[in-house]
Parts: sequence; structure tokens; C-alpha cells
Amino acid sequence: MENKTLSLEDQFQNRIDSGENIEAKDWMPEKYRKTHIRQISQHAHSEVVGMLPEGNWISRAPSLRRKVALLAKVQDEAGHGLYLYSAAETLGISREELNEQLNSGRAKYSSIFNYPTVSWADMGAVGWLVDGAAIINQVMLTKTSYGPYARAMVRICKEESFHQRQGYEIMLSLCNGTEAQKAMSQDALNRWWWPSMMMFGPRDEESPNTEQSMKWKIKKKTNDELRQQFVDQTVPQVEILGLTVPDKDLKWNDETGHYDFGTIDWDEFWDVVKGNGLMNEKRLKDRNEAWDEGKWVRDGASAYADKQAEKRAKKTA
Amino acid sequence: MLQEKLYDYLLHLGDNSMILGQRLGELCGHAAELETDIALTNISLDLFGQVRNYFQAAAQIKGGDATEDSVAMLRYEHEYKNTYLVEQPNEDFAHVIVRQFFFDVYHQLVLNELMKSKNETLVAIAKKSIKEVDYHVDFSSTWVKRLGDGTEESHAKMQTAVNILWRYSMELFKATEIESWAADSGVGPDLDQLKPIYLERVTSLLQEATLSLPEETVFQYGAKTGMHSENMGFILAEFQYMQRAYPNMKW
Ligand SMILES: [Fe+2]
Ligand SMILES: [Fe+2]
Repeated sequence: MENKTLSLEDQFQNRIDSGENIEAKDWMPEKYRKTHIRQISQHAHSEVVGMLPEGNWISRAPSLRRKVALLAKVQDEAGHGLYLYSAAETLGISREELNEQLNSGRAKYSSIFNYPTVSWADMGAVGWLVDGAAIINQVMLTKTSYGPYARAMVRICKEESFHQRQGYEIMLSLCNGTEAQKAMSQDALNRWWWPSMMMFGPRDEESPNTEQSMKWKIKKKTNDELRQQFVDQTVPQVEILGLTVPDKDLKWNDETGHYDFGTIDWDEFWDVVKGNGLMNEKRLKDRNEAWDEGKWVRDGASAYADKQAEKRAKKTA
Repeated sequence: MLQEKLYDYLLHLGDNSMILGQRLGELCGHAAELETDIALTNISLDLFGQVRNYFQAAAQIKGGDATEDSVAMLRYEHEYKNTYLVEQPNEDFAHVIVRQFFFDVYHQLVLNELMKSKNETLVAIAKKSIKEVDYHVDFSSTWVKRLGDGTEESHAKMQTAVNILWRYSMELFKATEIESWAADSGVGPDLDQLKPIYLERVTSLLQEATLSLPEETVFQYGAKTGMHSENMGFILAEFQYMQRAYPNMKW
């Protein structure tokens, strides 16, 4: 009875508040649909572009065991891309369109992948820090309101935590190794620490979408809260490795029960977001080349499928 | 002596899978479709899995400090026994598929015979690998048909790849001394016997794909005995990079 007096939007919000999932066929506010298409596809693009910096080291992996593990890891990321594109498609957008948005540079993907992977230790640092930061963001999303997205995230999170352990294990091997290996891992930490901190997005004061995101359970904690969680969880791991966090202001604060840390270079963050990172152009170029080179393959495969269908039709006629 | 020969034979088997796996690994993240990317990476993973089995066995024979990695990565170029075919670059998707198809059909025939080998290690590896390679044959054959009998453009690209790569196919069947030893002692297949079956399978599938083998081919031989193409040095430069730049370390 009461429901009738509520607007569709209020009913919708009530469902979310009571912990129900929204499914593809359910009514949803246009803004909810758009926001989710944007967020899920950005996430999918990040998985796919994220294959490139790590793919960069497959041919040079130092041992067969590491090569196989890295191949499998990058392949997992392709799988994540697939689940997420499928989740985005449930909201009424095609893979082609999503691809076009990525390749034209209109869609965003996680800026972290615009940094270069210059040594083998980066395979450790990326798995440990980048996948690690991603998990903190993503665990939240396993309980997000949009059903297909939440379910994709459950599968993804399991694999991401495996990636993180694998990355940390690479770091451990290096740090238990020779001086050259230790130096390589310190250098990787120096380069990946701050970009990983930036993965949680701008400071809360400059993050206007947070309130709406919380209502739709795209977010449960703010960027700054998540970043703090990352620091608190990662610093002890750095200590086990015997490495140094490249932040002279980092120190434990007894009063707050958290680590204090230095100021993030937000100019760098926005520069990379705007396309001026070292690898932005190369990443997009690689994706475009793959897609363009694939055109004759897609055309060939669909022509073949048409011919086969025709043959079958003739047989049954 | 016998063990030395077996060691060399393991290299013959492992090197083909390894160099092809390396070539496929270069593509990871660069395929046009995620589905194809995943499939090609899977094949690479299967091949490297097999390589590890072969080279763990080889390292055991060699003894001392030998490991699967030293066997795989710490040899000079002329000591690698893979064929020209698997060294060929990822020119385009047509080359990738045709190279794969030419190798898969051979690989499947060899593994089927290795399951009957007098050497138990080889039997065990072959039994494990054959299921994977059956799938590889399926994958590459399907793509040969799709693209051979697709559009005019895809047909032309596939025919070009066939024309270029076919010249490296018969090396697979030209037995080296070690392969002859393996055949004579019941360790490995008699390649002469496999060749007609190979030709039959390849020709009939190409026909189905509306493709054909070039009429006259000057076949290239030599990689298996250590005379590699110019590609090989660059493959090894990447493949061995870390082991050479940071020797004697654990990873
Ligand atoms: Fe992922
Ligand atoms: Fe991951």
C-alpha cells in the first residue's frame, strides 16, 4: 500500500538499502545505468590495458616457473576483462562500442598502467602493490548493488588476492637474494609506491561523487579511508622485505593507531590522468593496433559463419 | 652414452615447444579479441608446461647443478634443436595460425607415438600432453578453416602465410642422428612413417579451408642441427636476458 505513494526512485533506493541486488531487467534510474556503464567499463578497460605492462616481461621472465606464472596472471586479467565487459553489456551497451570508447581515448582506465615496467622486480611490485590496492577497492564491490557487477567481482577478487601473494612472493625471493636483486626491488618499490597510493583517487574533499556512490554501494569507504587502509596494511610487509618506503614523512602514529604519511603529488596524478604519463600513448597505440589488425580476422570469421549457416539452411531445405 | 642420447632427444622435444611457446608469449595482451588472447596464452602455457617436464628429466640426466632453467636458458644458439618453423615471427594472425597448425598436426602425431615409447618418462609426459595438443589441433584447424574460407582478404592472407611457412614444414620430418637413434631404439617415433599421414592431414584440411600448398617448394633444413635463422638470436636475447645479466641467482 505504502509503496504506491513512493516514487520509483525511492522504491529503487529502498531495495538497495534493504540489501537487495538490482538485476539487469529491473527498472533503474537513468543515472544509475549510466554511472554503472561508465564504472564497469572503466574497470574492464583497466584489466585489459593492465595486461600490457606485465605482458612486457613475459618474454624475459628469469625462469620457466616465473614465466608460466606470469603468463597465467596476465591471462587471468584478460578473463577479468571478459567478465566485466559482459557485466557492462547487461546494461545495454555493446562490446564494439566499449572497445571504440577505449581505443579512441574517450574512456578512462586506471592511470597506474601508464607507468612503465622497467625491471623484473616490477612484476613483483605490480602484483603486490597494484593488485593489492585494487583488491582493497574491489572487495567493497563484491557487495555492490548491481548484481552482475557484484558477482563478477566475487570471482575477480579471489584471483586478485592470488596475484597479490604471487607478487609479494617475487619480492621476497628478490629480497632474500643478492645485492643486485635487493637493489632491483628497492628501485621498483620507489617507483610504484606513490602511483599505487594514487590508485585510490583524489582526496575526499575533491571527490564529489562519493555520496551518491555510497548510496548505490559502489563505495563503502572514502578514497582517503581506503588509502589509509592500504598504507597500514602494506608498511609491515615492506618491513618484512627489509625495504624502505620512499616517504620520509611516514611514521606510526600512536594516537590515531595509523601510519601518517607524506603529501601525494597530485599534479603528477592529474598529468597522467590527462594523458601525459610516460606510457599513455604507447598503451593506446598497442590496443589500437591489436584491434585494427584484428579487423580482417573478425570479418573473415563472420563471413565464414554466414557461409556455414547458409550451407546448413540449404541442407534442411 | 645412452643417457647422453636421451638428453639430446629431450632437447629435440622440448626446444620446439619452448620456442613456439615463447613466440606465443610475445602476443599475450596484444590479440584483437580477449577470447583469442586467452586461447593463445593457454597454448603457450601448455607448451611451457611440457617443456618443464622434458627439461626436469633432462636436468636429472645431466646431474650436478643442472636445473630445468639451466637446460632451457643457458645454452648457446647452435645448441638449440628446434626447427625453423617455430622460430618464425608473429608476422600477423595468419602466420600465427598457420605456424601453429603446421606444428600442431606434427606434434599430435609425435605424442601419439611417444605414448608407446620404451622410455617411461616420455610415456608419462606424452600421456599428459596429448589432451592439450588435441585441443591445439582443434583450435588451429578451426581458425585455418574460418579464415581460409572467410573473406577474400582473409583467404589471401592465409594463403600467403601457407606459401611462406610451408618451406619449413618438412624439417620436422627429417630425422637428425639423435632422432634416428630414438626411432631405432624404440624411444621415439620413426618420422618417415609419420610424414605421409602428416601430408594427408594437412592437405585435406587446407582443401576444406579452400587453401592449397604451394606447387613448388624448396624446403629449408638446418635449424634442428643448430644452424638457426636470424630470428633465433633475438629470441634468445630476450629469453635468456635475465639469466645472462644476473647469473647464478634464484628467482
Ligand atoms: Fe584483474
Ligand atoms: Fe590481477
